[in-house]
Amino acid sequence: MLKMTDNQQRSSVGSDTGRLLRPFAGLVVPAAAVIAALAVGAILLGVFGANPLTGYRALFTGAFGGPDELAATALKSIPLMLVGVGICIAFRTGVINIGGEGQIIMGAILATLVALAIPDVPRPILVPLVMIAGGVGGGIWGAIPGALKAYSGVNEILSTIMMNIIAGFFMSFLLEDWLIEPGAIRIQQTKRLSYNADLPILPGGTRLHLGIVVALIVAILGYLLLFRSGLGLRLRAVGHNPHASRSAGMKVELSITQALAFSGACAGIAGAVLVFGSESHRLIGEGGPLAFTQSAGFNGIVTALFGGLHPLFTVLSSYLFGGMLAGGISLQRVVQVPQALVIALNGVVVVFVVGSLKLRARVQRWAEGDIQMEDRA
Amino acid sequence: MNDFFTVSIIIATLASGIRLAVPFLLAALGEAVGQRAGVLNLGVEGVMLIGAFAAYYTALETGSASFGLLMGLVVGAAMGLIYAFITVVMHAEQGISGIGIYLFGLGFTDLLFQKQVGTPRPISGLQTKPFDWLANDTGRAGELLFSHTVLTYVAFLLVPVVYWLITRTTFGLNVRAVGENPQAADTLGVSVNGIRTAAIIIGNTMAGLAGAALALEIGIFQQNLTAGRGFIAIALVYFGAWRPVGVMTGSLLFGIVSATVLQLQVQDVISGSVSSIANMAPAVLTVIVLVVVSRRIGQPAALTRPFTRDG
Repeated sequence: MLKMTDNQQRSSVGSDTGRLLRPFAGLVVPAAAVIAALAVGAILLGVFGANPLTGYRALFTGAFGGPDELAATALKSIPLMLVGVGICIAFRTGVINIGGEGQIIMGAILATLVALAIPDVPRPILVPLVMIAGGVGGGIWGAIPGALKAYSGVNEILSTIMMNIIAGFFMSFLLEDWLIEPGAIRIQQTKRLSYNADLPILPGGTRLHLGIVVALIVAILGYLLLFRSGLGLRLRAVGHNPHASRSAGMKVELSITQALAFSGACAGIAGAVLVFGSESHRLIGEGGPLAFTQSAGFNGIVTALFGGLHPLFTVLSSYLFGGMLAGGISLQRVVQVPQALVIALNGVVVVFVVGSLKLRARVQRWAEGDIQMEDRA
Repeated sequence: MNDFFTVSIIIATLASGIRLAVPFLLAALGEAVGQRAGVLNLGVEGVMLIGAFAAYYTALETGSASFGLLMGLVVGAAMGLIYAFITVVMHAEQGISGIGIYLFGLGFTDLLFQKQVGTPRPISGLQTKPFDWLANDTGRAGELLFSHTVLTYVAFLLVPVVYWLITRTTFGLNVRAVGENPQAADTLGVSVNGIRTAAIIIGNTMAGLAGAALALEIGIFQQNLTAGRGFIAIALVYFGAWRPVGVMTGSLLFGIVSATVLQLQVQDVISGSVSSIANMAPAVLTVIVLVVVSRRIGQPAALTRPFTRDG
């Protein structure tokens, strides 16, 4: 991934065609990969007896067809944006964070606890408080594997997966007994949380709420942190070359811990949004952790990579992926193909795009008139 | 409360723990082979789901659990070919493409299930218990050792087999060589990509088999049937420090803890919330073991690194 940016930054003088194509060279292959993935989706639609064109039109109108659809897409994209920005921070520091799921859950839990503890605080104070609580919950859950990696050498892929499992069981522990809604029906969910913690609906007549503003603010903060601050410079330096950073006197261990803490905090805020921006305004554990997180902990990795590990482009790619999720519902309605197709398609898109990066580097080098080097290899 | 501590219940719990360990063991052994060759496959969960659905659907349509098992193997191997192409040939980032495989498996099996099956219909699992006749004659120890289906014996037999494969054969030597120092292996004429492809196919076939084993054990399919078991299997590879016996120990740990928690819950000894805490135990223990172990044992040096002759 980092090699990719190296190529973009390289300033070799290429051929004339190459120079003209250069800005687009990086886009051709990923675009082709997305089209190829959509072709696979079309085949699947055909196999299930649906007209692929009708299906895709339903998907597209369901995602972007009008104000309500655009708002629904935005709502689906909020967790992806937040997790994705966090992934940018972690991956740029050279730390792989697979723990988004657990960080979302712990953020949601801490935010829920705050709303339960002080339900009567006025909304302008309580809403920011629960968002911060979400960030703290997720941040702690990220900092633990971060510190374990930095100071004990524990592989973070492994520890973040374990932290996901622990968080899932912890949520079900709380919702089995302590936080469960009083009453006869024992569903793993809290009571309706304080109205003062509800994310206010934005004007415009759609269901879009303040969560989108929160996500955009976090994305901008993430950008400033990574690219406009000394802290971000240190994080990226560690990601680029930990040994050189250490020789330069940087505290590599601290940076790794910070990166996963920030990354987890972003995911934790997503957890808070999932609770206080939901229609039910409850923390719901019924159906397992995946039902609550909507796999955003994994999908956020996808959108961050699509956004070139840049927080602002991640916002854009998250919106497009949110469109796939929102459009899946109308796809199901119109052509009777379950929206699970969209999740499968997301997987295909990921595989195709990641699989085409080598090809993309090759095309870019060709555009920069550098292909002879590649031929030698 | 005392009911739990009768010998027969403890034996039954341990026996069911051994059964529950089987999907972990199969998937983790396979992942260990791939990782020894330097390839991380985070898509185990997705491959398990695909294997589970293939086995379930085949068993449902043909009425034959063995045939279902075979289909689990076949689709696992097919996924291995695909993953090898993505990672070995196209040099895709392994962690991320694994997440892609996971999402694909999660969505695709849910899609197929809703379209082809709809309502959950149970299948009859594997019935063949090759040593059942011994169980009756050898008392309680016999029940623990001889009451299992053939798949359980195969899974545990694969522990020495994989050990032998990795440490005692030329293929295993090559696997370790391309996992530790692919450049050196290449210089000696070993086909790095060929060995890695073979290791990936072995790993994915075992993941497919693990999914099939799970579906046949439970006797039903549903969305996200594996519920994170594939990810735990990856963790068990690290837990077991890339060694088959270590992987088996971890699998048994997870299996027996789950079985014990389940048994305690059935016996009404503990409530649902306590059992959630108890279910966390293996994950917490894994992290603790890692803190202790990770300083001593390193991972294969070339893990996640695609091979190019430029180095």
